[in-house]
Amino acid sequence: MSATAAAVHSLWTTRALADTAATPAIPTPHIEYAQLSPVLIVFGAAVLGVLIEAFAPRAARYAGQLAVSVVGLAAAFAALVALAADGYAQGRSHVAAMGAVAVDGPALFLQGTIVLIALVATFTFAERRLDPVAHGNRVDSFAAQGSAVPGGEQEQKAVRAGFTTTEVFPLLLFAVAGMMIFPAADDLLTLFVSLEVFSLPLYLLCALARRRRLMSQEASVKYFLLGAFSSAILLFGIALLYGYAGTVSYGGIADVVDGTAKLTPALANTTGNDALLLIGGAMVVMGLLFKVAAVPFHMWTPDVYQGAPTPVTGFMAAAVKVAAFGALLRLLYVVLPGMRWDWRPVMWGVAIVTMVVGAIIAVTQTDVKRLLAYSSIAHAGFLLTGVIAVSPSGVSSVLFYLVAYSFVTLGGFAVVTLVRDAGGEATHLSKWAGLGRRSPLLAAVFAVFLLSFAGIPLTAGFSGKFAVFKAAAQGGAVPLVVVGVISSAIAAFFYIRVIVMMFFQEPQPQGPTVAIPSPLTSTAIALGVAVTLVLGVAPQYFLDLAGKAGVFVR
Amino acid sequence: MDPLIGALVGAPLLGAGILLVGGRRLDRTGHWIGCLWAAVSFVIGVVLFADLLSRSPAQRTLTSHLFTWVPVAGFQADVGFQLDQLSMTFVLLITGVGTLIHIYSVGYMEHDENRRKFFGYLNLFLAAMLLLVLADNYLLLYVGWEGVGLASYLLIGFWQHKPSAATAAKKAFLVNRVGDMGLSIAIMVMFTTFGSFAFRPVFAHVGDVSQGRLTTIGLLLLLAACGKSAQVPLQSWLGDAMEGPTPVSALIHAATMVTAGVYLVVRSGAIFNAAPTAQLAVCVVGAVTLVFGAIVGCAKDDIKKALAGSTMSQIGYMMLAAGLGPIGYVFAIMHLVTHGFFKAGLFLGAGSVMHGMNDEVDMRRFGALRTYMPVTFVTFGLGYLAIIGFPGLSGYWSKDKIIEAAFAKGGTEGWTLGAVALVGAGITAFYMTRVMLMTFFGDKRWQPDAEGHEPHPHESPKIMTIPMSILAFGSVFAGGLFSINSAFLKWLQPVTGHSDGHSPVATWEITVATLVVLILGVGLAWQSYGRQAVPAVAPRGSLLTRAARRDLLQDDFNHVVLVRGGEHLTRSLVYLDHTVVDGAVNGTAAGVGGLSGRLRRLQNGFVRSYAVSMLGGTAVLVAATLLMRGV
Repeated sequence: MSATAAAVHSLWTTRALADTAATPAIPTPHIEYAQLSPVLIVFGAAVLGVLIEAFAPRAARYAGQLAVSVVGLAAAFAALVALAADGYAQGRSHVAAMGAVAVDGPALFLQGTIVLIALVATFTFAERRLDPVAHGNRVDSFAAQGSAVPGGEQEQKAVRAGFTTTEVFPLLLFAVAGMMIFPAADDLLTLFVSLEVFSLPLYLLCALARRRRLMSQEASVKYFLLGAFSSAILLFGIALLYGYAGTVSYGGIADVVDGTAKLTPALANTTGNDALLLIGGAMVVMGLLFKVAAVPFHMWTPDVYQGAPTPVTGFMAAAVKVAAFGALLRLLYVVLPGMRWDWRPVMWGVAIVTMVVGAIIAVTQTDVKRLLAYSSIAHAGFLLTGVIAVSPSGVSSVLFYLVAYSFVTLGGFAVVTLVRDAGGEATHLSKWAGLGRRSPLLAAVFAVFLLSFAGIPLTAGFSGKFAVFKAAAQGGAVPLVVVGVISSAIAAFFYIRVIVMMFFQEPQPQGPTVAIPSPLTSTAIALGVAVTLVLGVAPQYFLDLAGKAGVFVR
Repeated sequence: MDPLIGALVGAPLLGAGILLVGGRRLDRTGHWIGCLWAAVSFVIGVVLFADLLSRSPAQRTLTSHLFTWVPVAGFQADVGFQLDQLSMTFVLLITGVGTLIHIYSVGYMEHDENRRKFFGYLNLFLAAMLLLVLADNYLLLYVGWEGVGLASYLLIGFWQHKPSAATAAKKAFLVNRVGDMGLSIAIMVMFTTFGSFAFRPVFAHVGDVSQGRLTTIGLLLLLAACGKSAQVPLQSWLGDAMEGPTPVSALIHAATMVTAGVYLVVRSGAIFNAAPTAQLAVCVVGAVTLVFGAIVGCAKDDIKKALAGSTMSQIGYMMLAAGLGPIGYVFAIMHLVTHGFFKAGLFLGAGSVMHGMNDEVDMRRFGALRTYMPVTFVTFGLGYLAIIGFPGLSGYWSKDKIIEAAFAKGGTEGWTLGAVALVGAGITAFYMTRVMLMTFFGDKRWQPDAEGHEPHPHESPKIMTIPMSILAFGSVFAGGLFSINSAFLKWLQPVTGHSDGHSPVATWEITVATLVVLILGVGLAWQSYGRQAVPAVAPRGSLLTRAARRDLLQDDFNHVVLVRGGEHLTRSLVYLDHTVVDGAVNGTAAGVGGLSGRLRRLQNGFVRSYAVSMLGGTAVLVAATLLMRGV
């Protein structure tokens, strides 16, 4: 059993080069700053952002924050590219920071994706042309003053004074840094800490909508409560796994699962107890499934997506999914492959329920943001089919799918911010009727995104779906693929219904207007369209890239 | 010389491009541009012909590879040309007759406001037809095959403001689709059998393949030929195709395109030689059609439709000859060429008559035109003598050879086919004499047209009569020239092969017999239409006559069997679609919608419910994982 497990295991993991020789005393922490530089840059930029909030005059904050964010993210991306070019993505894969953070292909690929998503999200965060000028001030999508009671006197003062919450930029950066560590975490504690590092800023960001603040705050509280609940379960699972293996390091647990580890005498009573492994593993996996919004841990998604400020929703929908799927892949492929016969059937069930429920509930949605929320749930199901493949092509197909999905999602939510009426964004679907007549370009762009979500050929969505389904089928999960295709067909119904509404229905007399965005939002949308078409028409280069990046370090 | 082969196709294609893209500003010069490019390709044809003649007979195959069209491993489709004696013959016929008809059309279409477009389509036809005969593989041939089909469709429906013309074009297109399916499937079978569809490798490996495969390919090719060449059972479109302008009928539906089926069979000779069943089928189709067409030709009062029946019948002769194998290939092509001359000439003559008679086509309203249109009368008359096989003229040389070859097949088949061909010759003499007498002799039976204009028959302008005269020249002398020293036989033999066969009847006996049936046919026609006055309104006629007037009930047959059958099939499919398919789809949609509404209720907005769902989910997850281990 252990020999075959090791053989299969070696398909997608390589041994780290670093020799972790056992030392008796507590060692001086050895930190590879260069290899961690992308995360450190983002953290640094976030801290700088906090300092700007504290010391810079109010008028200068917006420009300063924007500059710090953009420069910080760009520098982080450059550092990632440099690391990849240095061979860390393949031959020199490495576990840095005393076994806490992996620097390998999947980590660098996902971090790069997250940083790019964050860069685009920064643009949509910074958009100030959508709302009409109020009291001589241009404002963005965020509350004038987060602490003010909605509808209260203080809020009105803040609005009149033209305040804006520029804290969103450092919050975004903190979240990004956490997300970057999340898929790279190589022990369970780092996993948990990074989860909290990126979750807490997101809870705050969700509460900061300028319009419909009560709904926004409700979303935030729901997200916080349920997130805390799931974190608790995750942490419990970590404790059980520690009890099982006597270590929290991924490699260490994997060795125990494979039966190749030396057991710690102090924990001899529990070590190797399979019940602990199974229960703990299931609970940790549950914590991650909550983040990717898999059924039945999905219920926060529609409410939070709808209530959060739309740029935040876009960012969450894209980046959280990338980070959480990265962590899930690493957990299942590095820690738990030895027990894949146990978790695969369970994940089959989760994937099937996720795809089917996501697609079916979306059919009766009447709000664009909720529709996209259910769509993201269904996509989580499609991604899970790739995860379940347990093969190198499973890893690379999921990586590719994440890129394709995240940029389309960002673009889609950016379009949602543009369709407005007197109450802000007009998210009710009935108001989108006839949009194609009024602004054909915008409607056409949204149609492209919807077609990509639906997985129509020549869009990124098709390439991604094809890749994960192919990987799943090769892994023997043909019934799963059948369910996936049927769910896609159901999903196509509601995507195309929106297109039909936009192009083939008469516009309403008091329909919404389409705001003319600044180049910031236009860039986000254009990038979404470009990624959709490039990955749809010529996906091979990116598939190869994802394929090269598909080997985990251990 | 090889690049010239591409130029042969390119010249008229360029012309078509210029005329169709150029738009209205070319309206005043367009017809001359069309003629020019046709003439250019004729000149290139002549140059290439001279080049071929200067080579030894074994070296007379030129090839030219333009580019690889579909470069997929195992599936190589090239755009390449092959010019050999067979192609060359066609090239000269197509470009020569084509150029003459272009020139004729300048006069004929003078008052048509869409003349430029007409010439554009004619050029397009020339390009497609040349591509068809020059292709070195079946796939490229298929491109040309579809191209001539398109040109034919466009030109039949050229006066699409007339519903009858639009319908005729559609009919021709649909019937041809059936044949085209045959060709495309034949190519597919060929590819799976030989791994290629280029002439050379396919013909080289005919010996390595089972007879069943070859028979299949042969019958499919025959189906294709039937569609394009208006052979029974796909003949019904040709009569209606006469709705097109007369030059089109002359060029496409008499001299060139409709003979493409014969070309296909002769070109695929290697396949047919190895598949006797398919060969016999070709003979049978040819024999049936030659009688069928002749009978239809006897009953029609519309001069063009009578000629169309005749075309069908003459192509039946060619098919018959082609089906005889090496005994007949050369004569099939020879008859094809001579027929190209005299039938084109007859059609142009008919067009000239119509031109002078306010576009009247009913021969019962003609009569006594010989003095009013002397040139037309003489050229038409020479064409008439050629087609009935008057000794010494073109038709005599080629048709007699076919009858002889049919007997030479030997056995019962030979006797039957020979007898049919002989009888056909008699009927040909009858109906052509009938056309001749009703048009040019007898009393004037002229009537004013629908708008009350009295006809004032007059000779057509020179631009029309000169091409007619040249074609008449060909009708008279071509057959004789080809037969001097068996020149045509020697020319074509290296490509098609030839064997003499063993005729149970002596050549002179056949000649005499042919002459006898010829005289019988002419005499009978003289009896009916020369000595008696032709009634201006057609008499009721016998059952056969009435059937023949309705094209021997071919449309009725198609209507009952195919149209009605198709309608029933469609209706039942629509019913099935509505009840079963739509029912399933709508049921599924309703089911999904209902389920969606119910599941949606779980999303009640309360965090406590969500947390319960998560807790339950976790419990299930843990339990399932443990269960898996337990199992």
